[in-house]
Formats: sequence, structure tokens, C-alpha cells
Amino acid sequence: MKYKRDASAINSSILRKPMQRYAPLFLLPMVAAFCIGFIWPFAQGLFLSFTEFKTTSKWTWVGISNYIKAFQDDSFIYSFGYTALYAVVSLVLINVLAFAIAYALTQKIKGANLFRTVFFMPNLIGGIVLGYIWSMIFDGLLSAYNTSILTNSTWGFWGLIILMCWQQIGYMMIIYIAGLQAVPEDMLEAAKIDGANGWQTLFKVTIPNVMPSITICMFLTLTNGFKLFDQNLALTGGQPYIINADGTSIHTTEMLALNIYNTFYGQNVNSRGVAQAKAVLFFILVAGLSILQLRATRDKEVAA
Amino acid sequence: MNNKKTFLQKYGKNVLTAFLILVSIAYVFPVFMVVVNSFKENTFVKTATFAMPNSETFVGFANFIKGMTFGGYPFVNSVLYSVVITVISTILIVLVTSMAAWYITRVDSPFCRIVYYLCVFSMVVPFQMLMFTLSKTADTLGFNTPWTIPIIYLGFGAGLAVFMFVGFVKSIPIDIEEAAAIDGCTPLRTFFSVVLPMMMPTLVSVTILEMMWVWNDYLLPYLVLDITKYRTLPIHIQYLKGSYGTVDLGATMALILLSIIPVIVFYLTCQKHIIKGVAAGAVKG
Repeated sequence: MKYKRDASAINSSILRKPMQRYAPLFLLPMVAAFCIGFIWPFAQGLFLSFTEFKTTSKWTWVGISNYIKAFQDDSFIYSFGYTALYAVVSLVLINVLAFAIAYALTQKIKGANLFRTVFFMPNLIGGIVLGYIWSMIFDGLLSAYNTSILTNSTWGFWGLIILMCWQQIGYMMIIYIAGLQAVPEDMLEAAKIDGANGWQTLFKVTIPNVMPSITICMFLTLTNGFKLFDQNLALTGGQPYIINADGTSIHTTEMLALNIYNTFYGQNVNSRGVAQAKAVLFFILVAGLSILQLRATRDKEVAA
Repeated sequence: MNNKKTFLQKYGKNVLTAFLILVSIAYVFPVFMVVVNSFKENTFVKTATFAMPNSETFVGFANFIKGMTFGGYPFVNSVLYSVVITVISTILIVLVTSMAAWYITRVDSPFCRIVYYLCVFSMVVPFQMLMFTLSKTADTLGFNTPWTIPIIYLGFGAGLAVFMFVGFVKSIPIDIEEAAAIDGCTPLRTFFSVVLPMMMPTLVSVTILEMMWVWNDYLLPYLVLDITKYRTLPIHIQYLKGSYGTVDLGATMALILLSIIPVIVFYLTCQKHIIKGVAAGAVKG
């Protein structure tokens, strides 16, 4: 089989050869850094998930026992359920609200640009800082009842939801606005002439036309929900804890990423193999979601 | 019913605007509260969070002055390190990945394809998968200072940047570069005087995406850097609030305010590019 170059590549070898002589300058720095910053740690991480280790150089092969231990770890299963619930709730809320605001902003409202600027602003602020800003607000509200967000897991859950809505609605709104502006004007007019009311136009004309944006935003909010770390650490840090009879504990507002982090860097240095196995499972979950997204958006693109 | 419809038709846009104004106030409120509380005495931040400072609670700039050395670490240093890391990393990523992306697209050898697919793959790998091994690798190779950590950012962040640049280079007609090459331009010259200027829109998008990522990143520098010597802004703020012992909320709020002012100023001055850049990254990633 003959190797076929893409249409965007140089086809004549007379022109390509001089360029290839420059490979050390153009390609090598990126490939070298990529090996250090991604390929090597990834391969090593994958390998170490089948071993018991305290440092990366001292390991003993243990097969899949780390994975078995990960599945037997109540706190891991708990945080998986918690994260999944969180991801689904935030997905629904963020997308409904972001779409509503984007829809309102595309109705030729005065000052639409100013509103857009305000709603997008929280995206610029980092997760740690966001977490502390909101912990001040929540604790300020709860101090009237002499309590704190760290004492109740339900409050912690909804606190995180509110925080993430505040941060992500503006982001999704931008994507929805782009989608809404691409809906053909004549289609909307035709619906109006045919006597469709506002809701009918919205559900039968507008929404089918912005389906690609909806798919992107749904997957983005879902993967963001699963990967959440900084905000979780800053707002609740997993508190409140439940201490089991056998001395293990469940951090009732701890999400997957934080659970993995605590398993790596917690008191028990013998659990690093298990932590790495959890991290591999986490990677498979996140990568799986991303591949689903790629498929879904690609199908939509073909249809459009 | 009939009445209501005419009311909505007549005032619909006003109702909508009023609603949006309310939501905007809710959006600005938390940031406003940071400003208010940064001028209050520590104990009142918790007990009277939503009250305006009064003669009893107002402390002027005391929180800001205390914040400068708060937590046994000079605040100015963390600002400096954040700036150093963000600027070097962003320049390095944009320069190195744009050059690589051009080479990958135009040469398109089997090796180039492997690199490209690995880059795409790296975009779906969460940081937790390699945080332990990556921080150990960085330690061993000495990439654990603010001046060398950009190499780690380049390696871990290359995926998205290469992906975005390759997507753009594919849309540039090759004829111009071929003409330049035939006229005797070296690839280096072709890249910097012909290709790079054409890449500007994507260059701006990637710059903004990487800047925002590195500036706000917490876990990577926390694990890689020696925290006793080098703290970035997010690390410093996490230390103030997350450390054991007494937490001075007033000083923390003052430092949070100082750390978000530059971000908000930056956002207001180039928001058009920022919004465009972020949207481009989202749709492609």
C-alpha cells in the first residue's frame, strides 16, 4: 500500500526535502517537550497502575489487584455516584439557563453586548479563587443560623452547583449565541407567516437548527462536571466527613478528581498504586465521554 | 388571557431587559462582596458579610497591608512568579507548537501523523491520570522552577495548540509558500514572514486560551514547584485559606481582590478576542 499525503501537504519532494532538513528546528522541540510532559508520564502512569509503589523508581508488580482494590473502596464508589449526579444536575441546569439567556440576548435587546460581557466574566477567574469567593457568600448566608457550608453535604452539593452555574453559563451562552445567530432568518419568517406562535417557532424551528451547539455544550458541561477539581477543593474540600466503624472515612462532598488526589497524597503512602489505578479508570471514563462527543458532533456536521 | 398577551407584546422587551438586569446584578454581586469585605475587619467578614462597612467594621487598607506579608510569604513574589510562568509558557507554547503544526501539515510524513494523533489523544486525558508521574519527571529533570516549568506546560498543553494550529494551516493555500520556496526562501524565513502573519487569528485564540489556563492553574504548579520557595497566585490563596490555624478572612479577601483586578482589566480591554478565542477552543476541543 502506498502512503498518501493529505491535499494540504507539499506534494513535490524537491520542495519537501529542504523543509525536512529543518525538522530539528520545527518539530524536535515540540516532540521533546511532548515526550517529557505527556507521553512518558502517561506510559509510566499506565504501567504503575499494575504495581505497588511509593516512588516511581521502586515498584513491585501486583497485576490487577489495584483495580480490584479501587472498586472495593467505598469512598471511590461514593465519589463516582456523587460526581455522576453532580454532572447530570449541572448539565441540565447550566444548559437550560445558558440557552434561555442566549435566546433572550438574540432578541435584539438593547445593551446585549454589555450583558454578554457581564455573564462571561466569571470564566476569567480561576477555580480556587471562585471557590473562596463563594465560600464567603455561603458562609455569610449561613452564619445567621450559626453554621457553615462545611457541615452539611446537601448544602455543599447545591453550593457547588450554584458556583458552577455562575461560572459556566456565560461560556455556554457564547456558544449558544453563535448557534442562534446562524439560524436562517427566512425560516423564522416562514414560520411566522404560517401562523406559528413563539413556543412553536422555538421548538420546531430554532432548537432543531441549533442542535450542534446543544450537543457541544451538553458534552462540555458533562466532562467539566466529571473533571471538576479546583472548585471542589476550595469550596468544601470534601467536608463533612463520615467516619466508618473500621476507621475509613467517606468525604461526603468529594468528587472523583479530588478522591484520586487524596488517595495519592493522603496519609497512606501505600495506596499510591490504588490511586494510579483509580486515575486510569477516571481517564477511561473521561476519554470515553469525549469520544462519544466527537462522534455526536461529527454526525451532526455531516447532516448540516 | 387576552390582556396578558397584549401586555407581553407591548412590554415584552422591557420585561426581558429587566430580567437580564436582575441576572446581571446577581452576577456582579459576588465580586462586589469581595470588594466590600476586603475593607472589613476579619471577624466581621463572617458575621456581617452583606453589610456595608461602617465605623466599627471599616479598617481602610489594613487588610491589604497585612496581606502583603500574610501567610509568611510575600504576596508580591507570588504575583511575580505567576507573571513569569504565564508569560514564558504562553510564548513558548505558541511559538513552538505553531512551528510544529506547520511542519506536521506540510510534510505530513508517517511520523508527523503519529505525532498529530498523539496530540489529539492527549486532549482527552485528564490531568489526574499523570499528575504523580509528571511531577516526579519534572523533579528529576529539574523542570521545577518558575523558569523551567514552562517546558512542562509546553509538553502537557501542546495537544490543543497543535490541534488548533493544524486545523488552521490546512485552510491556508499552499501556493504562496511554494512560490516563496521557489524564490529561494528558507523554510525558516517562509514560516516567519509568510505563514505566521496569516496565522494571526488562531495565534490570538491560542495565546488567550493558554494564558488563561496557565494563569489560573493550581494543581500542576502546586505539585511541581517547591512550594516553600515558589508560589503562584492560586497556590498562595489556597495556602491562606486552606492552611491550618487561624484564617484571616479580611486579608484573604483583599488578596483575592488584588488577584482578580488584573484579570478583569485584561478582560475588559480585549474581551472581543477573549470571547472569540474561548469559543474557538470550545468548538474544536
